[in-house]
Amino acid sequence: MKCPECDADIAIQDDAMSGEIVSCAECGADYELAKNGSDVELKKAETVGEDWGE
Amino acid sequence: MVDISIAYDRLRLEEKMLSKKVAELGHTASMIDAKAIRTGTSSTKESLGIGDVMLERCVSYYRGMFLTAIAEFAGASVINSLKVAANCGNKLFMTLLLKKAGVPTPETYFSLSAQSARERISEAGRPLVIKPLVGSWGRGVMRINDADAIDAVIEAREITDSGYDRTYYFQELVDRPPRDIRVITVGDQAVGAMYRSSDGFRTNVAAGATPEACEITGEMRELAARASGAVGGGILGVDMMEDRERGLVVHEVNNTVEFRGLASTGQADIPQSMVEFALRSAKR
Ligand SMILES: Nc1ncnc2c1ncn2[C@@H]1O[C@H](COP(=O)(O)OP(=O)(O)OP(=O)(O)O)[C@@H](O)[C@H]1O
Ligand SMILES: [Zn+2]
Repeated sequence: MKCPECDADIAIQDDAMSGEIVSCAECGADYELAKNGSDVELKKAETVGEDWGE
Repeated sequence: MVDISIAYDRLRLEEKMLSKKVAELGHTASMIDAKAIRTGTSSTKESLGIGDVMLERCVSYYRGMFLTAIAEFAGASVINSLKVAANCGNKLFMTLLLKKAGVPTPETYFSLSAQSARERISEAGRPLVIKPLVGSWGRGVMRINDADAIDAVIEAREITDSGYDRTYYFQELVDRPPRDIRVITVGDQAVGAMYRSSDGFRTNVAAGATPEACEITGEMRELAARASGAVGGGILGVDMMEDRERGLVVHEVNNTVEFRGLASTGQADIPQSMVEFALRSAKR
């Protein structure tokens, strides 16, 4: 897959699941994986919220 | 075969470990993206896609709590319950509940205005710890040594001015070794524990602390059970500090506990205990 931000290659593991976050090693952008069968899409990940955590 | 729903907004290692464990034990794990749900007063468990029990694992506290309210309304069995989520997410409620249940907890002070916060600091005459009412991973937790420090916090809060910013939560600074203890409880039972050591003031793994294996003592087991009971039970992370004078004090109970640090210290099978608890809570 190509990083939508900087066009660098992003490797997606075969066992990756929808909802997982992948980061671009080149530019650091975070994406959320959306898998639909063999279709994989990269959605812009949410940024950290004040109420995030345990 | 039981259908265990795992609700998430950001799928972390923990949620993957849980879903793998569910499959390993011969049941079905259905992943629910909380961000994708559209719901209303006519929603049912079925229309929401919730199975026999739901593990609420959102990283956003409010999202997770509101989803829990919706799911419980629709008749689902949710871990943790809305009551527990509400109790744990707000440090003021949580501290009051711990104290009421007689769980040793650091002395804590509340100020409901900036002026009262200033007065608390000037009267204390010793450093206090300030914590945001809602929040985690140690963010915003700091030592307040003097009037200048509290003024800086007040000024920052006047800019953000969110609903909780005018409430100030202060705690005595506990004299402890450079670590704290995280005990994971499942149905009031301690199933794992780790030390979190750090050179800095905060010992959160998210703030760079290192997890180390910790043997669960009888005292830890007993305190963790009481702390869990105080907030309403379920699957929890009970945080303790080793006060040099008083012994163990509980400073916090977490509602959606992260356990990857513990899994790496190679102790009991935490996901297994959690899934077995979910199976016992399933409603068909
Ligand atoms: N009263 C205190 N005295 C000394 N150190 C403290 C005190 N309260 C908190 N700390 C340190 O600061 C860290 C963060 O505090 P606390 O756990 O209350 O915040 P949090 O943001 O809710 O963290 P968590 O991710 O565990 O929910 C603790 O792990 C502990 O090391
Ligand atoms: Zn990139």
